[in-house]
Amino acid sequence: MEAWLALAAGGLTAGAVYLLLARSLVHFVFGIVLLSNAANLVLFAAGRTTWGLPALIPDGMSEPDGPIANALPQALILTAIVIGFGLLCFVLVLVDRVRRRWETADIDQIHEKALSGKDLEP
Amino acid sequence: MAATGATRPAHLGWLAALPPAAVFVGLIASIGSTSAGQVVTFGFNWVPSLDVSLTFRIDGLSVLFGLMVSGIGAAVALYANAYMAGHPRLPRFFLYLTLFTASMLGVVLSDNILALFVFWELTSVSSFMLIGFDSDKAEARRNARQSLLVTAGGGLALLAGLILLGQVAGSYSIAEINTAGDIVRADPLYVPILVLVFLGAFTKSAQVPLHFWLPNAMAAPTPVSAFLHSATLVKAGVFLLARLHPALGGTDVWLWTLLPVGAVTAVWASMMALCQRDLKLMLAYTTVMALGALTLFLAVETQIGIAAAMTFVLVHALYKASLFMIVGGIDHATGTRNLMALGGLRRALPVSAGAAALAAFAMAGFPPFLGFLGKELKYEGALAIAEAPFAMTAAALAANAMMVAVALTVAIRPFWGPPTEAAERAHGNHWAIVAPPAVLASLGLILGLAPGLVGSILVGPAVEAVLQGTTAPELKLWHGVTVPLLLSVVTVALGSILFWRMRQIRGMLDALVRLLPTTGDRAYDTVMGWLNDVALWQTRLLQGDRLRRDFLVIFAAATAAVATVVALVPELSFASLSTIPEGPAIGAVVLILVGVAATVGVEGRLTGLAALGTVGVGVALVFLMHGAPDVAITQLLVETLVIVIAAAVLLRLPRTPEVPVRSTPARWRDALIALLAGGTITGITLMVVDGPLDLSVTEAFEAASVPEAFGRNIVNVILVDFRALDTLGEIAVVVIAGLACLALLRGTGLIQRRRRRAAEGPRP
Repeated sequence: MEAWLALAAGGLTAGAVYLLLARSLVHFVFGIVLLSNAANLVLFAAGRTTWGLPALIPDGMSEPDGPIANALPQALILTAIVIGFGLLCFVLVLVDRVRRRWETADIDQIHEKALSGKDLEP
Repeated sequence: MAATGATRPAHLGWLAALPPAAVFVGLIASIGSTSAGQVVTFGFNWVPSLDVSLTFRIDGLSVLFGLMVSGIGAAVALYANAYMAGHPRLPRFFLYLTLFTASMLGVVLSDNILALFVFWELTSVSSFMLIGFDSDKAEARRNARQSLLVTAGGGLALLAGLILLGQVAGSYSIAEINTAGDIVRADPLYVPILVLVFLGAFTKSAQVPLHFWLPNAMAAPTPVSAFLHSATLVKAGVFLLARLHPALGGTDVWLWTLLPVGAVTAVWASMMALCQRDLKLMLAYTTVMALGALTLFLAVETQIGIAAAMTFVLVHALYKASLFMIVGGIDHATGTRNLMALGGLRRALPVSAGAAALAAFAMAGFPPFLGFLGKELKYEGALAIAEAPFAMTAAALAANAMMVAVALTVAIRPFWGPPTEAAERAHGNHWAIVAPPAVLASLGLILGLAPGLVGSILVGPAVEAVLQGTTAPELKLWHGVTVPLLLSVVTVALGSILFWRMRQIRGMLDALVRLLPTTGDRAYDTVMGWLNDVALWQTRLLQGDRLRRDFLVIFAAATAAVATVVALVPELSFASLSTIPEGPAIGAVVLILVGVAATVGVEGRLTGLAALGTVGVGVALVFLMHGAPDVAITQLLVETLVIVIAAAVLLRLPRTPEVPVRSTPARWRDALIALLAGGTITGITLMVVDGPLDLSVTEAFEAASVPEAFGRNIVNVILVDFRALDTLGEIAVVVIAGLACLALLRGTGLIQRRRRRAAEGPRP
């Protein structure tokens, strides 16, 4: 199964890179979402997969009953998802500010406007 | 500021003089044991894992240097107190000065070469601070930077050399390294070690062609020049050569590097000293000359040569520090240091005139000054250099004769003859500006009258420490009519002729300098210019003003780096992969890939968001099917929120058709980079899962989950218990992101309010 996950992570990365290189801010945001998903899948694959069996310890026992899923990468991914969410919210607020100031979603145009000093209004 | 400036310094300078004075007294007290050949060590382990200990070693050599550093340090602190009085940044000045004194004492007293290196670098840093002390002057900033780059560059070489030396000798203790001299000299790494240590010593001690920073360091306030850039800091290189002499010295490479470098430096610097108009620069070049002479004598193994070096270190420190302080006094009284504008100052500054005469006599080497002893020893030492007695004696003679001329110039020109306009205006100096140089200059005379004492308690033990165990020659004023005495007479005669013919000689030297293709200083500027150009060129190349191009560079570079790793692995075996065909999971992966393709391919923003949602659900399904229900739930929740918030923001953006798409070649180029990046990620992930898996951390968590944390959901226990600090950090990140969002949203509102206000016009 890890090979399939590797394939999915590669596909997500390829899509993310293509979108991050686009001129539209919308695509840029999509790229960031795909990239954080790719990272999570790589983490997950690195911890190996088991079918079913969550990392739980049954009642009355002090150790897991038989082989279970690797708990460590799951904890790391949970952290990564939340931080990725925080990052994305920040990016979205930045995008909103860009819209309000320059009224465009074209990254190249924003550069030109910024370089020509039109952002220096009070 | 003026009120505090008048009261504060009076205490600060005294305070700053106390620690070095205490060290001075302590070292005087230890003379009894060092002159008996004993070595006192004390200290503690600093970084035991790196074999770095803060051990201090008091032997003849460190006492000689330590006394100079602490004694002149205390004198300079008092002098600076009056000289810099009223300066608004006086506290800072004394802070740097004290930092320097402490680090310099660390250099000369350390027994561990790594600790010595740390102190060595601290002296470079404090020197940088002090040269650039008048930081509102561009020249001071530039010269401070230059000295730092040159000496810290040499310091890096020195660090490499010292580490190699420690490895070869098997210890970082100077005592042990110096007993392992035979091992070090026989090692194949001996020459690299020597080159690196020389680079450090030559940059610090301003040997030609790396000397140029020292005259430029005269941008520092004069007390600093007197202390750092004549008497102490610049002697650190010479000290290091003396310190490591038992381990590294005594070979042909050692001899034939130090001899020519020292001789060329001494002669060249004396010539440069003669053609200066600024008194301070003139003294600076004579310091370079002295450093060259010291290097020359450290080349040899003979007792007389080392004795010449050790005596000259002391002589030079005394007369040079006092001359610098006298020149500072002249500057203070008249406002100029230009030789051409000075004359007849003896009425305004009678004590300084006397002190200048004493110091100049020592410098020129007249009997019965200590300088005479130093010069006699130099000639004896030069004659004893069996390899090249004539060349070295000639070099010493030329340099010494020019020193006599400079000494006469400094002592006579400003003070005698008819008073110039500047001298008429001159006012008397505070006693604290006059007294310290007078005391130091008098010491040159007093010590010269007691040569036996100087020899037995200062020079002798130092020579024994350098040459390890051999007894030093006795110092005497009168040896009878010998070759060195005749050479002394010739030196004074030659020097007097040079002084008499100064004008012509200066003209000739100026012409010679103009003929030179380049100087160290100009070469430094050229190299720095190149460095700036290269930095500018590569920054423009890699970090342009376009975000998309920067991204292209970043992705291409990252892909190339990871792809190299993947390509270096011979082949993947897939032996440890679970090969169970898991239909539903494969379905989820297909769902992800289709979602990615749709996100990339569709035009509309809503469709794009829907496709993005598909990807998120696919990823959540993967988690759900592989025993990660918590992760799957979080993923679904977050993914939903992401889509909602993203929709709220993105749908308000101007419509997509207004954004021109990339040109077709650009799309192909981006697609290629994207596919390569994706392929590399797949490759590296396969490589990772193909390798062995270490489950020890997971197993430890599983075992401890119930008994220690009382939790049955291991993932939760990890998050809130075992790795609780990570989770706290994660929460902090989210909070900071939230605060930043708030600030950005508020900021926009502010701008809009301002805009509105501006549109309404000025308030009534």
